Amino acid sequence: MDKRIIKSEKEKWDKNTVDPFMQKTPERKNLKDSSGETIERLYTPLDQDDDYITKLNFPGQYPYTRGVYPTMYRGRYWTMRQYAGFGTAEESNERYRYLLTQGQTGLSVAFDLPTQIGYDSDDPISEGEVGKVGVAIDSLDDMEILFKNIPLDKVSTSMTINSTAAILLAMYIAVAEKQGVSHNKITGTIQNDILKEYIARGTYIFPPKPSMRLITNIFEFCSINIPRWNTISISGYHIREAGSSATQEVAFTIADGIAYCKAAINAGLDIDDFAGRLSFFFNSHNDLLEEVAKFRAARRMWAKIMKEEFKAKKPKSMKLRFHTQTAGSTLTAQQSDNNIIRVAIQTLAAILGGTQSLHTNSRDEALALPSEDSVRIALRTQQIVAFESGVSNTIDPLAGSYYIESLTDKIEKGAFEYLEKIEKMGGVVSAIEAGFIQKEIQNSAYKYQMEIEGNDKIIVGVNKFEMEEPPVKGLLKVDMSIQKKQCERLRKVKERRDNIKVDKILKKLEQEANGNINLMPTIIDAVKSYTTIGEISNTLRKVFGEYKENIVL
Amino acid sequence: MDRKIRVLVAKPGLDGHDRGAKFIARALRDAGMEVIYTGIRQSPESIVETAIQEDVDVIGLSLLSGAHNILFPKVVVLLKEKNAGDIIVMGGGVIPEEDISYLKEKGVQAVFTPGTKIGEIVDFINEKVEKRNK
Repeated sequence: MDKRIIKSEKEKWDKNTVDPFMQKTPERKNLKDSSGETIERLYTPLDQDDDYITKLNFPGQYPYTRGVYPTMYRGRYWTMRQYAGFGTAEESNERYRYLLTQGQTGLSVAFDLPTQIGYDSDDPISEGEVGKVGVAIDSLDDMEILFKNIPLDKVSTSMTINSTAAILLAMYIAVAEKQGVSHNKITGTIQNDILKEYIARGTYIFPPKPSMRLITNIFEFCSINIPRWNTISISGYHIREAGSSATQEVAFTIADGIAYCKAAINAGLDIDDFAGRLSFFFNSHNDLLEEVAKFRAARRMWAKIMKEEFKAKKPKSMKLRFHTQTAGSTLTAQQSDNNIIRVAIQTLAAILGGTQSLHTNSRDEALALPSEDSVRIALRTQQIVAFESGVSNTIDPLAGSYYIESLTDKIEKGAFEYLEKIEKMGGVVSAIEAGFIQKEIQNSAYKYQMEIEGNDKIIVGVNKFEMEEPPVKGLLKVDMSIQKKQCERLRKVKERRDNIKVDKILKKLEQEANGNINLMPTIIDAVKSYTTIGEISNTLRKVFGEYKENIVL
Repeated sequence: MDRKIRVLVAKPGLDGHDRGAKFIARALRDAGMEVIYTGIRQSPESIVETAIQEDVDVIGLSLLSGAHNILFPKVVVLLKEKNAGDIIVMGGGVIPEEDISYLKEKGVQAVFTPGTKIGEIVDFINEKVEKRNK
């Protein structure tokens, strides 16, 4: 229909129907999206542009707005991948095997903070943190136990590990070899995204330059040796958890992605040799429709950037494949069973947005690490959406909605504006060093929290519909004696191994770090000789130095 | 003239979740207090040193990694050792109910969990500091 007719009819509707109605029944105020922008009463064909082939096209075709695969979930469901890990390698191994028997289809390993920041369990700085937010890994010995009786040629494993990613990947390769699984059979992902650590997550060790070198070393090593490994998971998740808007999440994540591509190209790699192994990781928040639009906008933007800016030739290089996790920061300590419903809505958003894999959070995460019962309900939430809801039976079912399409366009536009601003600042590393990105996120976070404080934003059970309730029972407790146990095991490993060999390898690593050779082969040799994460990281600290955050408030 | 209340917001341990700490720092500042925030990964020793150097009235510890039972009491003990036991220590983060009573026994005067209104924290600080200064 002619848009002019729609426009004049809409003006009539506003005047003759809406206005008189509003005089008796006014609307709610403050109807805004996560960027603080006003949401219109109604979206119509006037808000949508008709260029179907250029902007949407078909699934599996550029610019992939409607999905990266031609059949999406009609062929295969997304991978249900619950992030888990705590205590010792034995305890985590048990949890993984439980999840696999419950129908989970991939593993996702959570490491404790010392492992993530390159300290051994017996380092004084690790006090209190051993085995807390994930499993404690000091040497290959722990990693062998972690994957005991889990065939690495049958499961894919995602590891949330960044500044020590090279070391943990080396250990995974070594365990696979011991299981007799060849390099070209192992599949999985390492997060390996240091830029968002500086921005939002905080497990950095080294300054940006040597960190980027380690990342490109991994890209290069994997492209030759482990072709099925996803070498990075460029993460918006933590940026959103830190309080960003949906648009900021997309913008800063893609800005990071651009920086990795540039670094790899500067290191001499060809875009089509590594871009197909890049993967992404997004948050799925409460505003279902905004989230669906966000995922679609991110896909379209990445495809355009890869094709137009980086001149990628292979379609695979242009496809934004992503993992999603529901938003931990939306879960409440109050009436914590309500979190099951929040997670269900966020699950729907991720699936309607076309995710490749999903972690659903557990209801008790604002209180403690999730208990086994809570994790099962979270996994069942995905299974119910997959098998019962019907939303996965056709591809990108919300496409063509006036609101979804106009919001997809709006998020894309806003994110491209940020990219331009960041480019003008000299790229994402300069923008981080100047504190620009952190400040933008903090401003959004502050505004969000103040809206809750002022009751402009309602969180059920927190600032409305509150009630007295007894403390939640059955929370998971990490055994306080774990640090002692872990230190004891570490001591035994150091006794057993060939310490002369370890010293030699560490010297070699130090020399190589001072030069510009790929460090992966030597790191693999080091872990095979049971050199610890702390020893390897401290050797690199000596050469690379440590990053100091620019505190902005 | 009345001296402004001085607060050190600190993140002990290795946890990088600083959204809450930064929000509290900014909100307390908006409530008229002098706020010092030292960033993530502070050892209990450096927190206590900063608190004494900056002559603060209150330390707000924020931790979401589960290491609170070890690190919060350590700050309290170190303060006493340095004759600074009059500095009020409060904490916040993902802290289960049963740990709150343990932390209070160890000298942490209040623990604020997710969903706490900022006004509640401001009132707590004002009351405690006033009482102590009497």
